[in-house]
Amino acid sequence: MDFNFTEEQSMVRDTVASFLQDKYDFETRRKIVASESGWRADYWKAFAEELGILGASFSEELGGLGGGAIDNMIIMEEFGKALVIEPYLGTVVIGGGFMKHSGYAGAASVIEGIVGGTTTIAFAYAEPQGRYTWRDLKTTAKKEGSGYVINGHKAVVIGAPFATHLIVTARTGGAQRDAGGVSVFLVDKSLPGIVTRDYPTVDGNRASEVYFENVSVPADALIGVEGEGLPLVDKVIDEATAAVGAEAAGVLRKLHENTLDYARQRKQFGTAIANFQVLQHRMVDMFINVEQAVSMTYMATIKIDEDAATRAQAVSAMKVQIGRACRFVGQNAIQIHGGMGMTDELAIGHYFKRASMIEGQFGSVDHHLKRYESLSFDTAA
Amino acid sequence: MNLDFSPEDVAFRDEVRAFISENYPAGLREKQEEGEEMAKEDFLAWHKVLAKKGWVAPAWPEKFGGPGWTSVQRYIWSEETARADCVPILPFGINMVGPVIYTFATPEQKERFLPQTLSGDIWWCQGYSEPGAGSDLASLKTKAERITGDDGKEYYLVNGQKTWTTLAQHADWIFCLVRTDPTAKIQEGISFLLIDMKSPGVTVRPIITLGGEHEVNEVWLENVKVPVENRIFDENKGWTCAKFLLAHERSGIAGVARSKRGIERIRAIASTELSDDGETLIKDPAFKRKVAELEIDLTALEYTELRTLAGEAAGKGPGPESSVLKIKGTEIQQRITELVLEASGHYGAPYFRGFPKDGDNAHPIGPDFSHRAAPTYFNVRKTSIYGGSNEIQRNIIAKMVLGL
Repeated sequence: MDFNFTEEQSMVRDTVASFLQDKYDFETRRKIVASESGWRADYWKAFAEELGILGASFSEELGGLGGGAIDNMIIMEEFGKALVIEPYLGTVVIGGGFMKHSGYAGAASVIEGIVGGTTTIAFAYAEPQGRYTWRDLKTTAKKEGSGYVINGHKAVVIGAPFATHLIVTARTGGAQRDAGGVSVFLVDKSLPGIVTRDYPTVDGNRASEVYFENVSVPADALIGVEGEGLPLVDKVIDEATAAVGAEAAGVLRKLHENTLDYARQRKQFGTAIANFQVLQHRMVDMFINVEQAVSMTYMATIKIDEDAATRAQAVSAMKVQIGRACRFVGQNAIQIHGGMGMTDELAIGHYFKRASMIEGQFGSVDHHLKRYESLSFDTAA
Repeated sequence: MNLDFSPEDVAFRDEVRAFISENYPAGLREKQEEGEEMAKEDFLAWHKVLAKKGWVAPAWPEKFGGPGWTSVQRYIWSEETARADCVPILPFGINMVGPVIYTFATPEQKERFLPQTLSGDIWWCQGYSEPGAGSDLASLKTKAERITGDDGKEYYLVNGQKTWTTLAQHADWIFCLVRTDPTAKIQEGISFLLIDMKSPGVTVRPIITLGGEHEVNEVWLENVKVPVENRIFDENKGWTCAKFLLAHERSGIAGVARSKRGIERIRAIASTELSDDGETLIKDPAFKRKVAELEIDLTALEYTELRTLAGEAAGKGPGPESSVLKIKGTEIQQRITELVLEASGHYGAPYFRGFPKDGDNAHPIGPDFSHRAAPTYFNVRKTSIYGGSNEIQRNIIAKMVLGL
């Protein structure tokens, strides 16, 4: 039993934390969010070149530093603490995940682009009708000549405005909600026929509605086996969910920490409000929620490479805990800050907004409870 | 015990319905239903229609311009206006300072302020909270010193800062709690002043809230000269007015009828949105359960409010029990916004502020109801903070109701 980090992992954490402390304070982030592009391409370059963190979670054979899911966890937690916008999740966790697990022929060169900071990826998986059922796809990819022609509408593609490439789920066969017939494609975002409608998100990120209108892609755009992409999608989304859980852990820690600080300095009725027992108990419950969420993030990350059912159950359990913690800790952080918590001026509200969006990201509490139930009870019967 | 409407009540309900359908602008209905931000003109448009009809202040006594409705009629009114997504009548004049004026003010003050409050010609805002005085309202520091002006008249010279002042950017007048005797005990030495927002020395600074809205403000008062005749009730007895007003504020805060409409809306949304199973969301057991629980909670609140109203009709003023209505009412309002955000799924994320809603009909971004789901969820967190936080309400119940 060992919950300690290796020396390399600790170094990754320190490197990231110290960069963010110097260059990603709340005021800087506010400027990034308000800027025209919505992100800092120069920071991304620094992540690649100066910090070298974009390769941390890839094995050495794939051109990385030899780490894995734990490095993603560490980096995402630090990113959560600073509410980092830049597309690590889409590019490294998701894009990298597809490259690692698919046997994709071009993986080495894609990973080279990821690690070098020249390739940024957004994951176009959601559709307007599908909610959290990833196989519910109206987007189609029809074989034509040696390649495919993609048509469809992908919803709320987070980070798409920053991306050079999209990873797209589409149907190459089967009916709209069939498990079979799902395929995954890596698509250059500048291809003709890709129309995006870009917009900000409530938590400071950018996203797009992406419309594919007869987009011709070459045969080597296909990742994995045609029509058999769903298990791969499930695996990568589970990894992404675990990474978002780690981000949440960072967000939750800041929500709790900032609330304690505020309660200690805010005086009412002649004393710091931290002295009121009702608020002390609330802050204790927040603390318990944070710790439980962190524990679940570790648990899910540790189990991420196990068989599909074990992994899925672990990730869903984690996301239930994370979703509930995001709501409880977020809402109470605002409540204890009183009116100040409602303002755009303090960081606390921005952590709350991110926590609120994490609740639904890659599946709500209800979704993951149901998934957990079906894995935990139905298969045991 | 009898819950039936009398034939007269039914006739009244039909009259109200007909009036609303003939007079309430369709554009406002749509804006209200989608939870969009209302402009000053939107609030005033409906206020003025009702003022003309004599229906703008249902709870006011007839002699001050109220419609003379029974409590059942007032209940019907709030149900019907919520049902039709009517823009709410802002509480600052009608529910807050109005009752203070007709209860505590001089005949001259009543004559001067009540008609214009009813007509909407005075837009009021509330100068209670200060940066250092939130839950602990009585610790307020805004200072009002008696001076004699160059004209030989008596004035208060007011200095201080108010905050969280809702829609002060539109306001003509502010009612303020100020400290007139710094040496007195904390709740004594406070007076209730009406201040013209156009007075020299009044500055309004916006506070932007989580959803990007400009709803609240800081109001700075720097050497503002306020004529003594603008004080309501006795000097240093303003806390009596303050407490009276807060109790009134609390009783309206339950928002039962609006929450009923909110749940109706959730049912409508869930009947078209799809769940993970590809069925409508309302068939999803987890979602349905949450809606059911919310409805049951709201029913309990509704009947608690009706009991309170019946008590009021029997001559008991709104007492500390109204804190129950505030706590449960705001919790329910918040849960409604949680469910709308959950129903939005992925489309809870896009942020539409300043984004052309109808700019590109070929490529709509999510269903209309989702556009304000997250900002509304964020915004409604305020309800358990304002009007005396829910923690303070629990203190009031513990002390005043339970005698602990």
